[in-house]
This record gives sequence, C-alpha cells and structure tokens, in this order.
Amino acid sequence: MNLAYHDVRHNLFRFVLTSLGLSLLMAVVLAMIGIYNGLVADALNVVRAPQVDLWVVESGTQGPFAEGSKIPVSTRDSVARLHGVIEAGSITYQTIEAPFAGSVLRLYIIGFERGRPGGPQDIAAGRGIGRSHFELVADANSGLAVGDMIRLGRDPFKVVGLVEDTTNSGGDPVVFITLADAQVLQSQLAPPAQRIQASRGAGLSASRDTVAAVVARLEPNADKEAIAGTVRQWKHLSALTQADQEQILLQSVVDRARRQIGLFLGILLTVSAVVIALIIYTMTMEKLKQIATLKLIGAPDRTIVGLIVQQSVTLGVVGWSFGLVLILLVKDYFPRRVVLEPLNAVALGGIIFAVCIFASGLGVRAALKVDPATAIGG
Amino acid sequence: MQSHSPSPIVKIRGVSKHYGEREARVDALRNVDLSIHAGEVVALLGPSGSGKTTLLNIIGCIVEPAEGKVSLDNELVYDNRWLSRDLRRLRLDKIGFIFQFHNLLPFLNAQDNVALVLQLAGKSATEARRRSIELLDYLEVGHRKHAMPALLSGGEAQRVAIARALANGPRIILADEPTAALDSKRAGIVMDLMRKVAVEHDACIIAVTHDEKIYDRFDRLFHLRDGRLDGVKGEMT
Repeated sequence: MNLAYHDVRHNLFRFVLTSLGLSLLMAVVLAMIGIYNGLVADALNVVRAPQVDLWVVESGTQGPFAEGSKIPVSTRDSVARLHGVIEAGSITYQTIEAPFAGSVLRLYIIGFERGRPGGPQDIAAGRGIGRSHFELVADANSGLAVGDMIRLGRDPFKVVGLVEDTTNSGGDPVVFITLADAQVLQSQLAPPAQRIQASRGAGLSASRDTVAAVVARLEPNADKEAIAGTVRQWKHLSALTQADQEQILLQSVVDRARRQIGLFLGILLTVSAVVIALIIYTMTMEKLKQIATLKLIGAPDRTIVGLIVQQSVTLGVVGWSFGLVLILLVKDYFPRRVVLEPLNAVALGGIIFAVCIFASGLGVRAALKVDPATAIGG
Repeated sequence: MQSHSPSPIVKIRGVSKHYGEREARVDALRNVDLSIHAGEVVALLGPSGSGKTTLLNIIGCIVEPAEGKVSLDNELVYDNRWLSRDLRRLRLDKIGFIFQFHNLLPFLNAQDNVALVLQLAGKSATEARRRSIELLDYLEVGHRKHAMPALLSGGEAQRVAIARALANGPRIILADEPTAALDSKRAGIVMDLMRKVAVEHDACIIAVTHDEKIYDRFDRLFHLRDGRLDGVKGEMT
C-alpha cells in the first residue's frame, strides 16, 4: 500500500495548490536562466551574425561593440589584400530611434557593403538588400514586416527581408542597410553642432570616410593570429579574431548584467531550496501524530521514510514539470529573448531533486525521532 | 470473570521504571507484578502521574523498564534488557492498540486502515483486503468500509480502530481511554465488543480508563498509586 499516494489523494487540493506555488517559483527560476542565456546569446548574436573570422578596428580600442571605433574606409582594401583573406567588408554600427505605426522603435543599425561580409546571412522572409539605397532587412522582433515603409533619418526605407534572433546586447533588434545609407544616416542623426558642420560640407565627408570596423573571412587553414598580428603592426589599426571579439563582449559589455542575473539566479535558487525544504518539513511535522501511530502499530522505518521521500519527490517533480510547461508557454511573450536549453531544464530538475531529498532528509530525521508513545498520549 | 488458562498472556515481574535522576527522580513504577490471562478484560486506574500509561507503554514495548521481567504471549521479551532487536515487529505480531481518539490514518479509508496492518505483517494486498472486510463485518461496520475516518461517527471510528487492533490476531490488546470520546451508550457498545473480542479471539484486553461508568464491565481493576499496583476488583496477581 503506497501511503504517499493515499495521502496526496486525500489532500489533493492542497497538494495541487502547493505544487502550483512551487511551479510558479520553478517558472521564475527557469525564466531567469532563460534571460541569462538570452542576454549572452543576444550579445554574441550580433558578433556572430556577419560570420567572419577577423575584426579590424581602431588601434587602442576594443571596438566596435565594447568601445567606439573609427577607421578609414580604405582599410578594407588593405585587409582584402592580405594573404589568407578571402574577402573583407566595411561595417558601421549605430543605435537610432525611428517612429513607426504610432510608436517609436529602437533599432540597432548595421551598415554593410553589399556582396561583402557583414550583411544578413539567413533571410527568414523576403529577400536580401538588392538596391544601393533605401532598402532594409530587419529582425522580426522589431515588429516590421516585409513591405513596410519606415523613415530612418530623413529618408523612407522599405523592408525587403526579415532575419530572426538578431539583436544587440541591449536587446534592440538589428536592421541591416547599405553602408552608404548608414553613413548618410550617421551624419543626419548627429548633434546640432555636427549638423552645422555637415551643412558646411565637413561632417558629412568625415562620416563617409570612416567606418566602425572592417570584417574579413579567412581561408580555412589560414593562421588567424598571424594575420591579426600583421594588422596590429599597421599604424592606427588593431585586429581581433572572432574568439577575441566574443570574449570582449562577454567580459566587458554584458559582464555586469550577466553577473547580476547570475547572482539573482543564485539567490532565487537558494530561496526555492528554502521554500521547498520548508514545505516538506511542515508537511512532515503535520503528520507526526500519524507517524507515531504508524510506529506504534509496527510500521518499519522504511515505510515512514518512503511516505516522506515519495511525497517530497512527487512535489518537486510536479512543481518542476508545471514550471517548465508554464515557462515554455510564456517565454515568447517576454520583451527580451528567453533561451532555454534542454540541459538547463535537466540541471534545474537535478537541483530540485537534490533539494527535495535534502529537505525530506530533515523531515525523515524528525519523523524517526518521534516517540511512538506520543500516539498514546504520553 | 473468565476461567484462567495455566500461563498468563501478560506476565510482569518486579518491573520498575523511573524518570530523571537524583532530586529530579520520579518513580513511575515500583516493583510491579502483574499477570493477565486470555479472555480477561482488565482496567488500569489511577490519577494522572500514577504510572498507568507507563505500565501500558511497557507492556506495549514502547518504554523500556529500569528492571524486571516482561513476558508476552509466553515469550520473555524483557529481562533487564529487551531480548528482541525489532520491537516494532514484536508489536506488529503480538499487540493491538486502541486509542482514545481512534488514531485512524486520515488519508486511508476504514478498510485500508485495517488492511495496512495486515500488509505491514507481510500479507498480500488481496489477502489483506479480504481479511479487513471480514473484520469490519465482524465488528458490524462493514457497510462503512469505504468511508474516510473523518466521515465516521465516534462509535464507528472506534470499531474500525478495534478491527485494526485485531487485524494480525494479537493476543494482547492495549487500549488507552477507549471510551473517553464516546457517550455512555456507545461506550457500552464498545466495551461489549471488546469483551466479545477477548473471548472469541482468546486474547486479553488491558485498558487505561477514567470512565467510572464502565468499571463494572471489567473483570479486574488495578489501581496504581505512586507507582504501586493494587487490585481493586477481582483477585490480585
């Protein structure tokens, strides 16, 4: 006879309510794990989007994401000529706010040269940019659809394609436009003082002569470090490999946010563990008289331990399962990406299982100490 | 009064028990001798702290005496130390318990409360079910076998508790205030049932009670005073 099953069935409403509370807690823990993963994935997405091997940036900076970087547009030709480089392209990055359909969209603009590295790789809907001006490819999270028109700066742009899961480290959706359009946009959106300069012809020229970085794809067997080393010897320029760039992003750009969420996740897990332990301990304490009776009528310890451990694990499994289902149902409604890997869910399941066993251990300890005489009343 | 078989089911010789040491020492039992035979229904009486519950717990192998000898169902179980390593198994096989507030497990129905004890003793689920229904019918509460304890009346719950106490066919049934939670009519019915059980199952029933209305239902009354045992009604040990 399974006593745990009978007890749960007898107190089903209470058990379901407790499981529901626990599952909400589990859902929050899973959401935090997903947000943490999403933050890292978003940060790396924008670096991985061009699918390149080498980043050439301004000397003394860790650009173009961690720090600002401006290098001459002619750098691309110099990089392209290096031995081991297949192709190179200039790119610019900037964040703008653009009005659309009665609201303001915050967009991360990437300017790239058509036919060169730096542009969108996997078009989910529509097509890539086919004209030199006023076309864009946007991340689907921006809310833009193929065929939409949106004004960036002074010019209207047509949405010709969509990409997925391409945002910057701040969660702003990426929009790809041509390098020429991006350079114009940079000058248009400059502060008033720069606009005055632009009206004199100086600012616009400066903007069009510089880019944020040059990205390059290398031959498969090329020595990345050697090529990067060659570029570093050039005046005013530095080079980062893809791995360097990802490392910089994780260690500088999203590091604090990542640690903040990581710490909060740790606190949340601790709170969950305490709550689970408290629930199970309380459940056991409420049954002490029944446990004393069981001992008195001759139930062995394994029957009593089974009652507590099975209920505890059932509570954990139900709470974890409901929590997982809940977060899978709502994760797409979060403003920022929530990335849940199967390993995360399994790891949390393992942690919860361990917590349940530990918590039931406290209950078991109390139960085994109960004097059967208490069932008689002294 | 029952005719006694040659050897008592419960035999206690020179049992003492104290709590605390030195100034705090309280002698709960002093050199108690007691013999109870099959078919007997006896009561332990006395004011609070007189040692009656301690004596019941010693017979129930719940509390260890300080010294003496205890034999249950012709088996010496205590001789200045417990002779069995598994006292719970001993209780399961030899002793049935009836409590003041029935102490039925609230999450099991009447039938399962009885069947549990049988399954703990190693009976199969089918056998346990069959035997539990038989016992509930015997105690005229079979029609309530699927009812949860919370839905049973006080008398019904106590009958189920008696069925549970009888499940493994013990020859010693210990009852703690078995009628305290019942009105006098139901208390009478329960006492009649207990006597029927004692006679038909060749068992003895030892009850702790304060219920004067049922004193005449016992074969012998033992009065505990300051840890010493006096016979009030019936012959002494």
